[in-house]
Amino acid sequence: MTQQLKSTLDRFLLFVGGFGILLKQVASELLHPPFEWRLLMEQIYQIGFRSFPLIFITALSTGMVMTLQFGIGLAKFGGQPYVPKIVSLSILREMGPVFTSLMVAARVGAGMASEIGSMVVTQQIDAIRALGTSPIRKIVIPRVLATFICLPLLGSLANLVGVVGGLIVGVTELKLDPEFYILKVTTTLLLDDYFSGVGKSFFFAIFISITACYFGLTVKEGTKEVGLATTQAVVVSSILILVGDFFLTKLFFIL
Amino acid sequence: MIEVRRFKKRFGSKEVHRGVSFHVEQGECLGLIGGSGSGKSVLLRSLIGLEKADSGSIVIEGQDITQMTERELIGIRKKVAYAFQGGALFDSMTVFDNLAYPLREHTDLKESDIKKKIRDLLFEFGLADSENLFPGSLSGGMQKRVGLARAIILNPDTILYDEPTAGLDPFNTRKISEMILRLKAKKKTGILVTHDMPVAFEVCDRIALLVHGNLDIIAKPKEIQQDALHPISIFAHGDIT
Repeated sequence: MTQQLKSTLDRFLLFVGGFGILLKQVASELLHPPFEWRLLMEQIYQIGFRSFPLIFITALSTGMVMTLQFGIGLAKFGGQPYVPKIVSLSILREMGPVFTSLMVAARVGAGMASEIGSMVVTQQIDAIRALGTSPIRKIVIPRVLATFICLPLLGSLANLVGVVGGLIVGVTELKLDPEFYILKVTTTLLLDDYFSGVGKSFFFAIFISITACYFGLTVKEGTKEVGLATTQAVVVSSILILVGDFFLTKLFFIL
Repeated sequence: MIEVRRFKKRFGSKEVHRGVSFHVEQGECLGLIGGSGSGKSVLLRSLIGLEKADSGSIVIEGQDITQMTERELIGIRKKVAYAFQGGALFDSMTVFDNLAYPLREHTDLKESDIKKKIRDLLFEFGLADSENLFPGSLSGGMQKRVGLARAIILNPDTILYDEPTAGLDPFNTRKISEMILRLKAKKKTGILVTHDMPVAFEVCDRIALLVHGNLDIIAKPKEIQQDALHPISIFAHGDIT
């Protein structure tokens, strides 16, 4: 038991150190041209464009379910008119960016870790180094930057789709007037609500991409470790998003 | 010239190299043999900084690479090429793009010149029709040949061969041996890690045996072939692991 605890602590400390070193290397390499535009565009397509259907479905169903739950729950107290306000605020401040990040962590984080891990096992990462180029520049930076660019955009899209999902259920199931719904949403939401939600996406993007690249690059041998790295990347980045969300929310309230 | 002095490397409690020293002259080909797990590949990887030495020095053209950062090693890696055992081709790229990669990274050649250079090289390596294929659709022998072609495309001074003939049929073994001999004829320095003794005898000027973390036994192929009791002859017959 003690041994297991020590091993977990060792791995945690290794991860914290590795995360910090990788982030520093990314920052350092970003300062040195040339920049890999083509690779960045490829990753924006993979991470941003190809995540679009998943984020659309997630956001739409979240908005719809939240509206249904609040509508039924608040109906007992005559609180249905507050549904547009509660749902849209929850989506913009929390659900949109957090659910988007969790879905991206699952889809993209897993893909990154397994792809990079496989490249380690087949010596492709060594080949990049042996050919006088940098895996940080060629592999890590395009993925980190693409996630950094795409996640806030996907979060913004999730906000919009989530609110529209709420509107659909509000009108069809709760029999709310669509004009009333839209008026309530537009008079409730402020730019601050949008930025406090989407602002967190920038941090979540770093959590997802650096964590996935770290676990991919630290694969030592064999395909079994690739699978393990993939699982670890998703689990750890999800935990970082959920725990980080609390502290970032507090931080944004202070600011 | 490459000079390795008192090179030590350990992984955890396992001491792989206990102070290895040797040198390779310009244009010479040194064969590096030893049992599985004796640290041949680790030693080879260390020669271009893919592994860090625990102590000792590796001097290439007057520069100790053990003290270099990744950024400083780029210059060395353009002059010292590494041919990986499995080719280590980028599986998301075609053969053409794999070969173009170093040229696009390190030269100002126009795409038309890159295309010509690659086609010439593929022809020389007997791979003329494979430029649009992906590595996954190549045989092991073809992957190794493409890997070797990619390694030498920047015209390096030294080539490090990591078991280039392992697992190959006699035809592909012959092809690889001929390529190494052609590079040797161009005065390229080479270090060849292999278990294939006939190839080592054919292409190497000297052969070194790595045993128990030391590399004290170095001899010319002729000396080994003429002496059945030479430690390398005994190793070749399977009596030393």
